[in-house]
Amino acid sequence: MLARRPHASPPPGGRGKACPPWVVGLVTYRYSFQDVLDVRVKRFWVHPTDHAEGIMTKADAARHASPLRPGDRAPDFELPATPDQKVMLSDFRGRPVILVFYPEDWSPVCSDQLGLYQAVLPEFQKFGAELIAISVDSAWSHLAFAKDRNLHFPLLADFEPKGNVARMYHVYRDVAGTSERALFVIDAEGVIRWSYVSPVGVNPGADGILRALEELNGREETT
Amino acid sequence: MSRTEWDAVLTLPVDQERDHVQGAVSAAVTLVQYGDYECPYCGQAYPIIKDMQARVGDRLRFVFRNFPISTSHPHAEHAAEAAEAADAQGEFWRMHDLLYERQRHLADGDLHAYAEELGLDVERFDKEMAEHVHAARVYEDFMSGVRSGVNGTPTFYINGVRHDDSYEAEVLLEALERAAATP
Repeated sequence: MLARRPHASPPPGGRGKACPPWVVGLVTYRYSFQDVLDVRVKRFWVHPTDHAEGIMTKADAARHASPLRPGDRAPDFELPATPDQKVMLSDFRGRPVILVFYPEDWSPVCSDQLGLYQAVLPEFQKFGAELIAISVDSAWSHLAFAKDRNLHFPLLADFEPKGNVARMYHVYRDVAGTSERALFVIDAEGVIRWSYVSPVGVNPGADGILRALEELNGREETT
Repeated sequence: MSRTEWDAVLTLPVDQERDHVQGAVSAAVTLVQYGDYECPYCGQAYPIIKDMQARVGDRLRFVFRNFPISTSHPHAEHAAEAAEAADAQGEFWRMHDLLYERQRHLADGDLHAYAEELGLDVERFDKEMAEHVHAARVYEDFMSGVRSGVNGTPTFYINGVRHDDSYEAEVLLEALERAAATP
């Protein structure tokens, strides 16, 4: 499992099949310190991602989030976008919003994922959609991260109270103290139309978002 | 709208005319790579692909498509355009190989020097680079990758289905052999 390319999208049918608790127990038990070292060594040439992201503990598996679902109203929130500017979700009412929860600034998978979204941003904008990313990092960390990685969309700081917005969307991971890697597409009226939680070490790509935006467009055209 | 899982298949089928192809259309297995010339993992994959071509031989058709991620790799976009500009003069693969063999040196001046080294019409090459004549093609490749579920580079498709395993030689070879043996 760990030899997989960590940034590959999940194979079809991979999600939703929860392990029975005894399997989870077994998996947790199997990872001795030596295993962890071996994994690091094996992994090195494939993709030096945070290996901590790749291991699911028992508590983690038990909490594996079920995010807010299509049809749910997207909870409104206000978070800092910069050290002195705040953004409210409802500011964007009237156009679709892509809400991207990611675990942490600076981690390799997050950088790949957000770098890809920056590159695909013009396609999102063709749908009039706004792209907003959220993590528990502080606004100052976001500022440095965005500058370093050339990201030109808002990174919101779900920093105080920590993870509050992630909790509102049911995508907070207590065990790690970060959010899940989760995607929400919210329509112009503030209703969630698509949501997806990716394994934390897997970059979910942009195809799911684009498809959701297309379906949203189709729906608006037919009503 | 409730879909949370999706198939990762090639949305833009391989086209012998449009694509950069090595191998026959009748080959038993087609390997498509979405790659970025500045990505170190693609650099690692480069000799592995050569190895696959040697080992699978005529049964393998290899296709390369551009997937430059400019936010992380500032030279990737121009390098991709340079390979396309070389293609316009019939030298895609020689430029492709050169770019991977020297992927730490991909500044505009380097690309110009590679065009010279390959004996291209450098004036035409420079003009096409300056006018970004091939940018649209590179973007078309990129978006076809995005729509097919490419989320990083390199990403491979074997007979149209994304290869979600490692691209370590033995793993890739086994996957290719398996696909070749599937009628």
